[in-house]
Amino acid sequence: MILLDRVSKSYGKGLGPSLDRISLHVEPKEFVIVVGQSGAGKTTLLKLLTREERPTSGKIIIGGIDYDKLKDKDIPLLRRKIGVVFQDFKLLPNKNVFENVAFALEIVGISNREIQHTVPKVLEIVNLKGKEKRMPRELSGGERQRVAIARAIVRQPRILIADEPTGNLDPKHAWDVIKVLEKINRYGTTVLLTTHNQDIVNKLKRRVVTLQHGKVSSDRANAEYEV
Amino acid sequence: MKRRFITFGRILHTGIINFMRNITLAVAAVAVMIVTLTIVLFSVIANASFTNTIAQITDKIDVSVFLSDNTTEAQAQALTTQIKKLPQVKSINYLNKEQALKAYQKQNSGNAQLLAAISATNNPIPATIHIKPYNLNQINTIKNVLTTPANQALQIKGSPSYSGSRKAVIDKITHATNVLRQIGVISVIVFAVICALIIFNTIQMAIFNRRDEIQIMRLLGASTGYIRGPYIVESVIYGILAALASVFIINAAFVAASTSLQATSLGLFDIGYANSYFDHHFLRLLALQLGVGIIIGTASSAIATRRYLKFRIK
Repeated sequence: MILLDRVSKSYGKGLGPSLDRISLHVEPKEFVIVVGQSGAGKTTLLKLLTREERPTSGKIIIGGIDYDKLKDKDIPLLRRKIGVVFQDFKLLPNKNVFENVAFALEIVGISNREIQHTVPKVLEIVNLKGKEKRMPRELSGGERQRVAIARAIVRQPRILIADEPTGNLDPKHAWDVIKVLEKINRYGTTVLLTTHNQDIVNKLKRRVVTLQHGKVSSDRANAEYEV
Repeated sequence: MKRRFITFGRILHTGIINFMRNITLAVAAVAVMIVTLTIVLFSVIANASFTNTIAQITDKIDVSVFLSDNTTEAQAQALTTQIKKLPQVKSINYLNKEQALKAYQKQNSGNAQLLAAISATNNPIPATIHIKPYNLNQINTIKNVLTTPANQALQIKGSPSYSGSRKAVIDKITHATNVLRQIGVISVIVFAVICALIIFNTIQMAIFNRRDEIQIMRLLGASTGYIRGPYIVESVIYGILAALASVFIINAAFVAASTSLQATSLGLFDIGYANSYFDHHFLRLLALQLGVGIIIGTASSAIATRRYLKFRIK
């Protein structure tokens, strides 16, 4: 599902590589947690996967799409196949919960009827039923993050990338978000989660990839947090 | 296909919403576009009016060739045929002595004394060829043919005669209208450029104000066309509003001129003709205005969005 082969990313001479010959293979329906200290390269890794950035060297293949052969004009099509959740939510402040989720469908030309049918179902999955009309500023951090997750999964992507989705949340809300991610994973979506949260990693007992100074220092199943 | 239709509808809808949200910025862009399009429309109408004025004056110009009494009918016909073949000649009319006399009498039918004097003599009116050129500036070519020694020999002294002694005046008018036309073209270009720059800035500001939204759209997989579309729609709206306003302004100006000023012409500018030209070509002029407005709007916002909405992958 996700394949990285000796991928490096450097932001310029003298800066040292942010990622140094990373190789990673993620199977379909897997739930993988990427951990590492700040600056270890977690965010860079995710930016390479969403094609916000290009690798300096190495090969990336996701869902059969070889990034080397991907033209710039096809990047939107790639992003439609990957759901992304950000630490700072990136919700549109002037749209309510329903509209924020619907937005992901609108931009790809889904009909209003289908949007009216799909969005409530997704909001139910992320436990936000009844809050459709709320504006983002009226929601707690956890609720906002769940809106962002709903938006990421509403197009039923095969891969969900979550970049420190619990980073701005208190433990209770963080768990709410993680539970939603587990639920989505059970439905068959491959989840790639980056986090700092030791407690979450230890309780989840999933495959943990640890990044240190841009390299994979460990990659183990049912693992715990160790940085 | 259905998706494209839905997407197009959404782009249109978003463009209209953005126009409303951006109204304070839009006012400046629309205002300068109204000025530009009003100048365009005025130039087109003024041009038509000048052309008409010159055509009317030119139409009154002809060359009269007075043939001597020694010239035979056959020679006169030969000369007529020769001149008729010139490409510059719009129409030619040969009157023999009798016809010329009749025409003269008809022309001066109010002047009994003159008519009596004429009939007392033995037809002093020479046979005449009236030549009308297509264009005022072609008179000289015709003149060159008429003044060859062979042709000159057929004519009386003082022939050919130009009612075109007014040619110098007409030349001045033509020159003046040409200058006015050039001024029109230059001001249209200058204002169109200013207008395009202001729209460019307006769209740039709008893109800057919505940069977070644009980034989110990008990350969610919106195509560049979907992101750009609403900005182009927005500036097309500027164009449409300005086109309608310019037509309204010119119409109001004509109404004001005909009712309060009661003027029929302003120097070379024949208000009466311009007004009827505007009325007769209303739909065509409206289409022209909409076309120019939409082109200026689309071009400037297409450049702005191309420049500021580029995909940049590090």
